[in-house]
Amino acid sequence: MWTIFTNNFGMFMEGLGYTLGASLLSLFFSLIIGTIFALLQINPSRTARIFGRIYVEFFRNVPLLVITMFFYVVIPRLGIPLSGFAAGSIGLTLYTSAFIAETVRAGIQSVDPGQMEAARSNGMTYVQAMRYIILPQAIKITVPPLGNQFINLVKNSSVLAFVAGFDLMYQGNLIASTTFETTTTYAIVGILYLIITLPMSYGMTYLDHRWSGRNTREEA
Amino acid sequence: MSMIEFHDVEKYYGKFHALYHINLTVEKGEVVTIIGPSGSGKSTLLRTINGLERISSGQLIVNNFDLADKKTDMNRTRKNVGMVFQHFNLYANKSVLDNITLGPRLVLKESKDKAEEEARALLDLVGLSEKAKSMPNQLSGGQQQRIAIARSLAMKPQAILFDEPTSALDPEMIGDVLNVMKKIAEQGMTMIVVTHEMGFAEEVGDRVVFMDNGHILEDSKDVRSFFEKPKDERAQEFLSKVINH
Repeated sequence: MWTIFTNNFGMFMEGLGYTLGASLLSLFFSLIIGTIFALLQINPSRTARIFGRIYVEFFRNVPLLVITMFFYVVIPRLGIPLSGFAAGSIGLTLYTSAFIAETVRAGIQSVDPGQMEAARSNGMTYVQAMRYIILPQAIKITVPPLGNQFINLVKNSSVLAFVAGFDLMYQGNLIASTTFETTTTYAIVGILYLIITLPMSYGMTYLDHRWSGRNTREEA
Repeated sequence: MSMIEFHDVEKYYGKFHALYHINLTVEKGEVVTIIGPSGSGKSTLLRTINGLERISSGQLIVNNFDLADKKTDMNRTRKNVGMVFQHFNLYANKSVLDNITLGPRLVLKESKDKAEEEARALLDLVGLSEKAKSMPNQLSGGQQQRIAIARSLAMKPQAILFDEPTSALDPEMIGDVLNVMKKIAEQGMTMIVVTHEMGFAEEVGDRVVFMDNGHILEDSKDVRSFFEKPKDERAQEFLSKVINH
């Protein structure tokens, strides 16, 4: 096992790098897009809510691989060239953002409605109430389930292997098919994924324990 | 000049008729208490005044703003009308001081120093100066409610609405909250108080309104004789039940 790892060290590390890169990019953008669609879904405007709902239901219910293939195969035909890495990262972002939208929406809706009423009665606009009162409380409730989404995101990044995205899974496939040491290679790939996801998992448990049931102090 | 005017106001939730034909005028500086059984529309009536509930028809004028008019800027109206809730609704993520200063800073654009100076004076008024740095969940219900009153006063409102402010409190906390409300009433604040505290209604109220099933059944400026013997039959029945308890 060790020789397979050391002989192909460069490929494994390149794969790890692409996996981390795609994950971080998708994490960043899916968090922004997801929050926007969460806010749309609870917006007072009916049109905004319907639009938000359609987006979420679409990307949540279409397989990640289908979305990714669309960007890898269909979009380039329209004259916009996308690398496997780019197509994979876009697919991951859109897919994950739908789940994040649901998580953030649930977090916002679990904040006592009295908080919004108090803020509005206090003269704040809807946006001010969201920004200063509702979202800060929602974020704390949302952190543990968001952690799960991020772990899923890292694992789902293996979709890049299907579109030549140079990620860990892609490199693993290459190494397995050239060395024929399939068991060992995929075991190593699995361990490398665990090295990313396990610390995330423990980090989330830690934050959850620290925040559960009480509000920490923060500045206005 | 009248502060709040209801003219033939109706309120429906879907098919449910929550408020029937409400006509009510509240003058500046008046302390009006609204009493009646649960589900009689008292809270709904109160919540229409700062637009937390929209009226279905009729006219509602608050501080010269017509609330039925879609063009009315509710944020501007709410600036002038404070609200104190049954469950306090202090901002759970903010300290006591920030709870009081946030509105003045964001809405009235006051400087941090000025807002905090005023907040400390209000904390003194409600007798909780030492709690400025506490978080809401470190306070008792009675303390939270007094902070909520300070928070609404910080906006220097024209009127304050109280929605059953003592209903969620332990009996020994109620007196502290009522005393603060009495102090504010004595300073001439326009107050509309939905309450089950008949003693407060009788002692502090300038006027008492009795509601049942979405109707205003009695509206009396002679508070003392209302509590001795209301004219309306259902009000008589209600009072005898509440007071004999």
